[in-house]
Amino acid sequence: MIDFFPFKKTIPFMSWGKATTAISLLTFLFSVWALWDKGLNFGVDFTGGTVIEVSYDQPANLPAIRGALEKTGLPEVTVQSFGTSRDVLIRLPVRGDSDAAQTSNRVMAALTAADAGVELRRVDFVGPQVGKELYDSGALALLVVTFGIMAYLAIRFEWRFAVAGMLANLHDIVIILGVFAFFQWEFTLTVLAGVLAVLGYSVNESVVIFDRIRENIRKMRGAAIPHIIDDAITRTMSRTIITHGSTQIMVLSMLFFGGEALHNFALALTIGILFGIYSSTLVASPLLLMFGIKREHFIKPVEKKEEAVV
Amino acid sequence: MNRFPLWKYALIGFTLVAAFLYALPNFFGQTPAVQVSPVRTLEKADPTLLAKVESLLKASSVSYNGVELADNSIKARFASTDLQIKAKDVLESGLGERYTVALNLLPASPAWLSAISALPMNLGLDLRGGVHFLLEVDMKAALEKAAIRYQNEFRTELRSDKIRYGRISREGDAVTVHFATRDQRDAAINKLGTAFTDLAYTADDQAEAFTLTARLKPEAEKQIQEFALQQNITTLRNRVNELGVAEPVIQQQGANRVVVQLPGVQDTAKAKDILGRTATLEIRMVDEQADPQALEQGQAPFGTEIVPTREGSLIAVEKDVVLTGDSITNATPGFDNTSGQAAVHISLDGKGARIFKDVTRENVNKRMAILLIEKGRAEAITAPVIREEIGGGRVQVTGMESAQEASDVALLLRAGALAAPMQIIEERTVGPSMGAENIAKGFNANIWGFIAVVIFITFYYRVFGLFSSIALAINGFFLVALLSLLQATLTLPGMAAIALTLGMAIDANVLINERIREELRNGATPQAAISAGYERAWGTILDANITTLIAGFSLFWLGSGPVRGFAVVLCLGILTSMFSAVTVSRAMANLTYGRQARLAKLSI
Repeated sequence: MIDFFPFKKTIPFMSWGKATTAISLLTFLFSVWALWDKGLNFGVDFTGGTVIEVSYDQPANLPAIRGALEKTGLPEVTVQSFGTSRDVLIRLPVRGDSDAAQTSNRVMAALTAADAGVELRRVDFVGPQVGKELYDSGALALLVVTFGIMAYLAIRFEWRFAVAGMLANLHDIVIILGVFAFFQWEFTLTVLAGVLAVLGYSVNESVVIFDRIRENIRKMRGAAIPHIIDDAITRTMSRTIITHGSTQIMVLSMLFFGGEALHNFALALTIGILFGIYSSTLVASPLLLMFGIKREHFIKPVEKKEEAVV
Repeated sequence: MNRFPLWKYALIGFTLVAAFLYALPNFFGQTPAVQVSPVRTLEKADPTLLAKVESLLKASSVSYNGVELADNSIKARFASTDLQIKAKDVLESGLGERYTVALNLLPASPAWLSAISALPMNLGLDLRGGVHFLLEVDMKAALEKAAIRYQNEFRTELRSDKIRYGRISREGDAVTVHFATRDQRDAAINKLGTAFTDLAYTADDQAEAFTLTARLKPEAEKQIQEFALQQNITTLRNRVNELGVAEPVIQQQGANRVVVQLPGVQDTAKAKDILGRTATLEIRMVDEQADPQALEQGQAPFGTEIVPTREGSLIAVEKDVVLTGDSITNATPGFDNTSGQAAVHISLDGKGARIFKDVTRENVNKRMAILLIEKGRAEAITAPVIREEIGGGRVQVTGMESAQEASDVALLLRAGALAAPMQIIEERTVGPSMGAENIAKGFNANIWGFIAVVIFITFYYRVFGLFSSIALAINGFFLVALLSLLQATLTLPGMAAIALTLGMAIDANVLINERIREELRNGATPQAAISAGYERAWGTILDANITTLIAGFSLFWLGSGPVRGFAVVLCLGILTSMFSAVTVSRAMANLTYGRQARLAKLSI
């Protein structure tokens, strides 16, 4: 039997409470600062505008492309290489006028006139009203997921668990967003979907640990609460690492093989999974202590639940 | 204790075979094909057309691998894209303008799979290339157009009743009529109120004048908007048919939007052009003295031009336009009250009605033609004989052969032009090379990730790891089969969701295997450990998946387009994983260990 985690003794996670709180607080504050100072680099999905991806048969001549586009009279065109030297990404800000949809036609006409070897790969044009709607429904989705999961935890456990689990996972979300803001990685609709999926996923972790804590409280009579929590985390450690490891393998595969389109999505998931491990063990549980869970919250005749596994 | 009854194995076996069969079509790829369909929505593709397509292909010795008639179109398959393009040219020149000939890709899976309706998943535009447009109908303009119409009709109505009025003004979609006296105003409200029941009238007494303001009632407003949207959709459909797209999608989205998806379209500039085009209708008089033989030779009498009718004959119409399509406010199919013949009822606005009355009075027993003009080409939709003077703006056109033809003509009259202006508010174009690349990338991400997870889990849990890995592969099959059965559309985020659910699905097996290990550590016998491991893990597996399902459902509810695809795959993947990870892997464990009464050791 191979076992990466042959712990015979309980690891005193709760005695590290000060250190972990400090780490969490620092990363959290860093993220808030990044979000405040730099802001998210929203993609065209949310801001509106036009993004055109083209590819050439030889390495692209960016100054020539810029020159060709300047002649079209379109304002604020940015041209940058994308992925390889032959791929070029052209961005245009949103315009209010009615023929905004024709922008990509004008750009392609100018590029083809300058160099016939250009191939259109992708156009995303999002009108301002659509961008705003996507932004609003994205924000609403974040709220719905957050409160949906919190309600579930509250029904399944107790309000202290719900709040602790949710705070821990919101802390993950803020950190993912903070890192995206700090590096100015593009935040698109797909990235948002990834963030929400990982929110649902890493709450699992808290569910398993909380399950174990509740089971321990009933079983380990006479033990202090911090010890009970330590034991729960130690016993679920192996499952946590193996499960997240497997998911991370898949995500890394997306990062390496999925191309530019899945790159930021995979990045968001990677940060989410890594911080998910950390926060559900070392953030959610100290929060539980802070909220003052007591044996009495559980010893009263509760409805019979299945035992925790692992 | 670790034995399943036979029926359980049979059930699992059955689901496995079914999953395999329904996932299979996705692995055959696609063959190039050419699709022929009638331009007019109401015409049907029939065996005669099929025979014609076959004979055309045979005549130019283009070899094909089968021709079929399905979904109101003829589809011919070819061995290579060269043959496909050659066939397209042959068919285009041979069939003429009444049919669209489009390049398409058809599933290459064998016929017996299609016979059990095992079809491959639809590929989203980001995987097959194409254009997605979201268009918004300008509803304010539609309402204003209605108000302008009422403005004209008020004039006619008040005049015919000899009610004196001052100015008729319009502000947005409200029409205000000014009167000198209160009595005139009240008489007008009475009169207009019975004539136009869709309007709500408010009277206002001012120092210098008495006014009445008419506004559309909310339900009438809604009706106009729905009508405008439906008409625009019909028009778009007719236009898209001309583009020669194999499987276009044209759908209403919300109250005022239309989604148009054109898979495989390369020339987006042309697509935008055609979607944005405005077709016009014109009513003109027919020159009946014209010699049909001279018309055949292209010689039109002076002051007229030659126009083809829908039946294919030619007529000469005067160059002077009696009315344009703007005057037609509605056209509905129906029947003539006295003869019971099929008819089309056309409503004209006030100005149109006046002109129409004068023209028909002067031209009794002559023919007039209703022309649809698009891209500078005119076609006579119908050319009826005028029987008597027609007043009141309500025109009945008879002479149609059937009720079907009447509804065709009505549709053309309505659909020739857009009811209200439309604007593209979102465009997503993916080039064909990028689509193919995205498929390859999504597939690679899945396969390499899967292999890595299998190696990791098998190394860590040995035989039970192997069970878990096989269960994971089966989960992949279940998911693909389910998506194919539902005919879901696979997008790149959808492929990412498959990878993600495979990564998450292993969680259930990890929970089970860890539990079995723990039971063994606590001194349970191997058989008892397997049993307890599986039975006690179920509750936690269920629990752990619910939170992800909450996220998935919210994304489905609030997401759009590709994000929805992601959410669907995520939710379905979680559901299939619960079956494969628990029941299927248990079956494997039972088959391997269940019969060994004196099992001493587990490989875990």
